[in-house]
Amino acid sequence: MTALIIILCVILIAIVLVQIGKVTELTAQIKGQEEVMRDSSKWNGGLSIVFLVVFLVGVLVSAWKFRNEMLGYGPLQAASEHGGALDSLFNVTLFFTGIVFILTHIALFFFVYKYRWQKGRKSLFISHDNRLEVWWTLIPAVVMTVLVVRGLNAWNTVMDDIKDGEDYIEIEATGQQFNWIIRYPGADGKLGTRNHRLTTGTNQLGQDFTDRKNWDDFIPDQEFLLPVGKKVRVRITAKDVLHNFYLPHFRVKMDAVPGLPTYFVFTPIKTTAEYREELRKYPEYNQPNNPDEPDGPKRWEAFEYELACAELCGKSHYSMRRVLRVVSQEEYDAWLAQQPSYYFSQVRGKEGEDPNIGEVLDVEVGMRAAAFKETIQTALDSDKPEDKTKVLDYIWYESGSAALTANSKYELDNLVTAMNEHTGMVLRIGGHTDNTGEAEANMALSGARASNVVQYLIDRGVPAGRLQAVGYGDTKPIAENDTDANRAKNRRTEFTIISQ
Amino acid sequence: MAHANTVAETLDEKLTQELGYDDHFHEHPHGDKFRSNFLTTYIFSLDHKIIGRQFLITGIFWAFIGAAMSIIFRLQLGFPEADMAWLQPLLGKWIQVNEAGIGKLDPEFYYALVTMHGTILVFFVLTAGLSGTFSNILIPLQIGARDMASPLLNAFSYWAFFLAGVVMFLSLFLSTGPFSGGWTAYPPLSALPQASDGSGAGMTMWIIAMALFIVSALLGGINYITTILNMRTKGMNLWRMPLTIWAFFVTAVLGVLSFPVLLSGVLLLMFDRGMGTSFYLSEIVVGGEILDRVGGSPILYQHLFWFLGHPEVYIIILPAMGIVSEVLSVHARKPIFGYRAMVMSILAIGFLSFIVWAHHMFMSGVNPFISNFFVIFTLIIAVPSAVKVFNWISTIYGSNIRLNSPSLFSIGFVSMFISGGLTGIFLGNSAIDIQLHDTYFVVAHFHIVMGVAAFFGMFAGIYHWFPKMFGRFMNETLGKIHFWGTMIGAYMVFWPMHYTGMAGVPRRYYSIDTFNSFKHFTELNKFITIAAILVFFLQIVFIINFFYSIYKGRKVTEKNPWGANTLEWTTPIDTGHGNWPGKIPTVQRWAYDYGKDGEEFIPQYIPLKEGEHDHGGH
Repeated sequence: MTALIIILCVILIAIVLVQIGKVTELTAQIKGQEEVMRDSSKWNGGLSIVFLVVFLVGVLVSAWKFRNEMLGYGPLQAASEHGGALDSLFNVTLFFTGIVFILTHIALFFFVYKYRWQKGRKSLFISHDNRLEVWWTLIPAVVMTVLVVRGLNAWNTVMDDIKDGEDYIEIEATGQQFNWIIRYPGADGKLGTRNHRLTTGTNQLGQDFTDRKNWDDFIPDQEFLLPVGKKVRVRITAKDVLHNFYLPHFRVKMDAVPGLPTYFVFTPIKTTAEYREELRKYPEYNQPNNPDEPDGPKRWEAFEYELACAELCGKSHYSMRRVLRVVSQEEYDAWLAQQPSYYFSQVRGKEGEDPNIGEVLDVEVGMRAAAFKETIQTALDSDKPEDKTKVLDYIWYESGSAALTANSKYELDNLVTAMNEHTGMVLRIGGHTDNTGEAEANMALSGARASNVVQYLIDRGVPAGRLQAVGYGDTKPIAENDTDANRAKNRRTEFTIISQ
Repeated sequence: MAHANTVAETLDEKLTQELGYDDHFHEHPHGDKFRSNFLTTYIFSLDHKIIGRQFLITGIFWAFIGAAMSIIFRLQLGFPEADMAWLQPLLGKWIQVNEAGIGKLDPEFYYALVTMHGTILVFFVLTAGLSGTFSNILIPLQIGARDMASPLLNAFSYWAFFLAGVVMFLSLFLSTGPFSGGWTAYPPLSALPQASDGSGAGMTMWIIAMALFIVSALLGGINYITTILNMRTKGMNLWRMPLTIWAFFVTAVLGVLSFPVLLSGVLLLMFDRGMGTSFYLSEIVVGGEILDRVGGSPILYQHLFWFLGHPEVYIIILPAMGIVSEVLSVHARKPIFGYRAMVMSILAIGFLSFIVWAHHMFMSGVNPFISNFFVIFTLIIAVPSAVKVFNWISTIYGSNIRLNSPSLFSIGFVSMFISGGLTGIFLGNSAIDIQLHDTYFVVAHFHIVMGVAAFFGMFAGIYHWFPKMFGRFMNETLGKIHFWGTMIGAYMVFWPMHYTGMAGVPRRYYSIDTFNSFKHFTELNKFITIAAILVFFLQIVFIINFFYSIYKGRKVTEKNPWGANTLEWTTPIDTGHGNWPGKIPTVQRWAYDYGKDGEEFIPQYIPLKEGEHDHGGH
């Protein structure tokens, strides 16, 4: 029905227009072409002046109205060190082009009015004027030279890569349909290598975990932080199609290209909190952020630095938002300390994901030594008898045999260190198995394993009198022997502090 | 039909008989055997005037489709909350209606609309519809030739364009939708059907359509160049050619040199899509699938694309510049100011257009050092462009300008070219481009400078040469409503986009609500959409005026209704095949003797007086 009404309206308007056309043709015939031309030139000459005034006033008024919403004006100053240079170049260009825009428009529409057709007026025969033409070739050329020189100066400074010996943080941003993966280098300050062929559901970036630089890298999944006043080099990559790493408030923009890492170097100079305080001074930003919730947070309170995608990447291109929070160095350090390494928290020990499975990594040796020291201390400090027994997590034997594997030496050495530190400590080493196989054989195997541990310690100089070895077989399970995982828990070596 | 032996009635006929060049046209009357019935006269015609009108009407068809698409995606941007269920009969499954009965535009289709709008407007309307129309109609008529150098290739040029249109049109109806990766079709998005629905069959058809279109552009271009170089009438030396012809000539040269590069670019893309090559692909994991493609570079495609893409914007704007120069001069009753400077700036712009392409790629990952050269050459273009603007304004100075639809649109063109050209100075400076690249500032810039401005040039040409094309005038009142409405409306649409662009709002966003930094422009977006709808309806006024006037417009009663100097106005009102019934007029002077020596105008066929200075001499 509505469609019908719309169609009817369109037809009606068309008929009206055609009739207007007919009527004006008829009056033109009555008045004669010359009169028509005179009226037309008079009317349109006047209209061109009206247009000129309305247009220029409209341009100025609208620019004034939106000044506090536009980057570079009002509170929306650049939040990066280089941004100010770009904004001022923008304003210099605006100054020159603004003059040209206003003067040429005044000339154009004023001449149209002034030299509108009038009967009997003769036009001037001016074919060219070399002097004028030289001037208006030279002046634009000089202005362009100024803009080019200033522009290229700014450009080459901004696009400069990190120089040797500079202090900076490198992070990595990877675009994929349809989000950003931000990777931090972790404690070593270096991003690990990647190989797209290693990509899996867990290892989304195809990180090569045989590269130790990857072990401490972390991937925050919500907002990401940067410290204020520190130079940042963002390494920008893409997994699938083109994306563009775009931080409007920092004047940062660079394509993310599959197979060709790009970069952008910038220094944040305002924390998120400082930026909010700036916005707070302007009435525009004291409006509610969500017009539907008049009592909700105001616009300045809801302000965040936002990361967007600025290269068409598919149907959800418009939704690749991430929040960047710029904070003080202390807050940044505190945040860094909380971030778990992606490798150790998500990948380590996973079959098919972790290429280092079955190996003890040197960083783990340190981590485990520290953890072991703590375990011993808790056991020593506790009064409860059940706390005096602990499982030795990192001692393994060859399959079906009592021989210790090479990787067990780290945990055994931790034990040696503990024995040397706490000279009064006497330990019982207990071997345990699961319930598969003959009970007698299990008993013998667990006994032999415990003895091997004790023997290792004696070989390292621990007095034999401070050690006992006992095999329990499958008699003391700590879990039901129903699944592989639970049986694995039951196959274990424990120590018990007998005296300290 | 008048023939050579008819009595000369007017001065031009007399002079043509006296001084004209006799190519014995009337002795080979086979011209008409190709126009024996409706089909050969109006459909498979080899006549340049019919082919030109075919380009024009096909262009109007595509302009309507392209503009309607923009209205649909503007509705989404201006009224994201609105119910679009009423569009379901037209768009079918692309409107997703939820349980509450509220219809939403599918984002995939939003991007398809944006992509098709760009492709259609840039190639089908502003290349074929503008340059195709006016090069065809005006080149033989203004240089004094019977037809194009090769009428057959000329007809092929139209039909290749027509086929390109058919393929593109069919792709709109694919179940996966037409191509949706932007008119620039950057890989890997355009190369990987896994990455987007539109990159499947839609992209294949886009490539086929583009290949056909390039064939059309090349056949046309070669013809225009050959005709202009070889078929000028006696006396028409290069410095006597109207600026329209200079513009069409340089346009054709740009097209012939740059379109093949685009063709090679999209062919390599086709290999990547269908044959497992890796020209543009490297280290890609799409949707969890690891591709075995390494070694290519997506940036290679961008170089190939913009090697055409940048000259392309001059292919669009140069014909408009030529038309505006001619129309302004005729209606101002005053010579175009600085004719030689105008020619030189056309040549300079044409040359520079080949060495600035990477200014579209400052932020694409090319070595930042390279950008230095492209910044310099890009900003140099401002100089010849400024010269042209000053010359147009000076042409109006001291004139006696008739303010009718053609001249008003020419004046509007100058305004648009200034406004849009000046913002190019911001974008061409790579340092400013860091912030403005791919924001609405760019959208505002190119829509004003090569969208609206080129349309204004086209409208000026249509209103001005309509009497030549159809033997009738278009209605002036409707023409003026069309002009002022479009002038004001177009600025209302595109001016505010500078502000959203300066605020950093990226282009090609289905919705700006996701971002705190952008979402407060909702009201402004609404304003823009309403203005766009207004402008759209004003173009319907034009379309009605156009088709109504073909049949019912005021009839042309004299050969030269505008009092213009160029040769097309010496042909009979109903110009037949071969353009001049007898001899071809010869050219005695340049095209811009308006207001000289007390004469209102002195056409090109009038011999120089004793001692008269020849502005077209060497």
